[in-house]
Amino acid sequence: MHNYILQIAQENDFQSTRLLKILHAIQKRYFYIPDNAIEVLAEQLQLPRTHIQNVVAFYSFFHTQSSGKYTILISDSITDLMLGKSDLMSYFEQKLKVDIGSVRADGLVSLNNTSCTGMCDQGPAGLVNGYALTHLTKPRIDQIVNYVNRETPLAQWDSDLFRVDDNIVKPDLLLNEKPLHGHAITSTLTRGLSETLAEIELSGLRGRGGAGYTTAWKWKFCREENATQRYIICNADEGEPGTFKDRVLLNSYADSVFEGMTVAAAIVGATQGFLYLRGEYVHLLDKLEAVLEARRVSNLLGSNILQNGFDFDIEICLGAGAYICGEESALIESLEGKAGIPRNRPPYPVTQGYLGKPTVVNNVETYVAAANIAVHGGAWFADKGTSKSKGTKILSISGDCKARGIYEYAFGTTVKTILADCGAIDVLGVQVGGPSGVFISNDEFERKIAFEDLATGGSFIIFNHTRSILDVVHNFSHFFAHESCGFCTPCRVGTSLLKKQVDKIVEGHGSAGDIVALEELCQVIKNYSHCGLGQTAANPVLSSLERYPEIYQAMLKKISYEPGFDLDKSLETARRMANRDDAAAHLAQVEN
Amino acid sequence: MTSKKVKVATVSLAGCFGCHMSFLDLDERLVDLVEHVQFDRSPLTDIEHCSDDCDIGLIEGGVCNSENVHVLREFRKNCKILVAVGACAINGGLPAMRNHISLEDCLNEAYMDGIGIENPQIPNDIELPLLLDKVYPLHEVVKIDYFLPGCPPSADVFWAFLTDLLAGREPELPYELIHFD
Repeated sequence: MHNYILQIAQENDFQSTRLLKILHAIQKRYFYIPDNAIEVLAEQLQLPRTHIQNVVAFYSFFHTQSSGKYTILISDSITDLMLGKSDLMSYFEQKLKVDIGSVRADGLVSLNNTSCTGMCDQGPAGLVNGYALTHLTKPRIDQIVNYVNRETPLAQWDSDLFRVDDNIVKPDLLLNEKPLHGHAITSTLTRGLSETLAEIELSGLRGRGGAGYTTAWKWKFCREENATQRYIICNADEGEPGTFKDRVLLNSYADSVFEGMTVAAAIVGATQGFLYLRGEYVHLLDKLEAVLEARRVSNLLGSNILQNGFDFDIEICLGAGAYICGEESALIESLEGKAGIPRNRPPYPVTQGYLGKPTVVNNVETYVAAANIAVHGGAWFADKGTSKSKGTKILSISGDCKARGIYEYAFGTTVKTILADCGAIDVLGVQVGGPSGVFISNDEFERKIAFEDLATGGSFIIFNHTRSILDVVHNFSHFFAHESCGFCTPCRVGTSLLKKQVDKIVEGHGSAGDIVALEELCQVIKNYSHCGLGQTAANPVLSSLERYPEIYQAMLKKISYEPGFDLDKSLETARRMANRDDAAAHLAQVEN
Repeated sequence: MTSKKVKVATVSLAGCFGCHMSFLDLDERLVDLVEHVQFDRSPLTDIEHCSDDCDIGLIEGGVCNSENVHVLREFRKNCKILVAVGACAINGGLPAMRNHISLEDCLNEAYMDGIGIENPQIPNDIELPLLLDKVYPLHEVVKIDYFLPGCPPSADVFWAFLTDLLAGREPELPYELIHFD
């Protein structure tokens, strides 16, 4: 093992920033990160051992104990649950003969839940050794169980299990454009860098990750910083449950993504770029590397690009199962080989980003838009949309509708129009922007997709009247408790308390005071958390409490208080061990 | 302050009596306090059960066994205002460190497999209260009206809280009393 670790460290130039890459390699070989690998790495990378242990512990996809030759994770996104995930999970458990969250006795296989894998239009979905499984059904599970029990290498599994479709249903401005092979770069260089930046400003393009900061300003600030080195980062850590449009863009428009990054690099004066790809999308890695290689061969990347004297190259870094890394400063920390804990802002990445240097971080879709604007000019883009939200937005539509998939709409389109287009009937409400966004009821379908109304990173989950709001809230509060990075107390403790309090009400142990306690807790989490995760973690509860107070009220008992757990059951172990069953060995749930 | 004395009951559940000791640190202020307060069930009086018209119940310690549940319920039933006093009452505190270990392992270690155990057996006399699977904070078992943080809360915390209540004010603890570093 020592030699292998040494070799991996050497391949990565002993760079501590490559820690995630190195850990991925080690885990691929040993199925976990052994203690002595950490020892050797600490020595080779000249890092404290505790630093590496911290990183391994932080990311969901790294394990310190073997999770088996086959690690199977099933997506616990609400969209997968709506497609029948729970039944399939029990079936899986029973067929594989392994409990959820554990490794089978023979050490061959483990089964667990994971956060949304970005396959909401083709779920129930999962991952085996990181590779996406789609359209799970009982027959497909039988097939998987057979492969596992026969120890068939993944490469020999039926490729249909791993089939990932784009499902582009309604293309518009951007999706109708062909992938760019240098056109945006030549346009930029011909027009001039400042002139192209002016076109991007004219286009009114705002960040597509959800926050909506004006792209041209970001690039301008980065360009104006006094520095010798600058970086371009593409945020492809698409972790918001219900979002999958970046996966499609990377699958079918990767050239445009890289072209947008190259244009940005030319404008701000960067020579190095990174694509931070979420671990769940590892199935795209080889393809993306091949696209990069082809672009190098065509001189669209590398040194002296298109003989115009500027150098730029892109490296792909793979995440390891941490929603928080979608937050730009956490993403930068992760790129630097650390746990993804959000930084204090300011300073913003445009002044102090990767390795403390000025850095532009934009979403996948933003780069695609920017590249096309560089070709067609700002007016082409600004023609569509509203006065405050120019252009189009690509939505990932999932949940209760006929045609799930990718839809591109001019900003200002109403929810009603979208619901009609995708064939959604009998709609109870829509979760716009994922769990951190907002749940809108069927009274609000005249509202518009736009930064000034319903701002969204692209997640659009539809619920019909057979669904329960409380199930949705329950799922989302568990999601946030799992994904809290643990840095600040209001979020770390708050999201766990919130999960517990929601469970108490959903499981029918709630009484009058519990809703008040729930609201107070939400305010603490929202107002005192360090970053966007905590600040939005209470949104599912707050937005549903505001719209459907009666649903919560109906769950409450007519007594003043009841414990949130089964009191009598909590005596069970003691009863069994003391061999008692007398009256004093029992407790009533509520005092008579 | 009213002429009729306010009835206060106190108890320690899964606690160490440290909060009660801190309460006694009121020292000479106790003399002022008993002008307005009459102690009901409490280790200070040795009264065994709460009378049904207690005003304030001060509870130290978390809930670790069935007896704790019964006592806590008696307090809830008989006290108008119930107060969780100190870290263990609020969070489970030190006794809750066993929550990371299964009760089965705890009992086996203490009574069956531990070093130096003679005649190993799990105590099973019906007089003994059974342990809960975990140590719970008070507010997860009954409704709690106020929380006094600290390990233990200082005498000044008790004083500020009780004088506020006796004066009919909404109790408020100034920052100096509840920051601990």
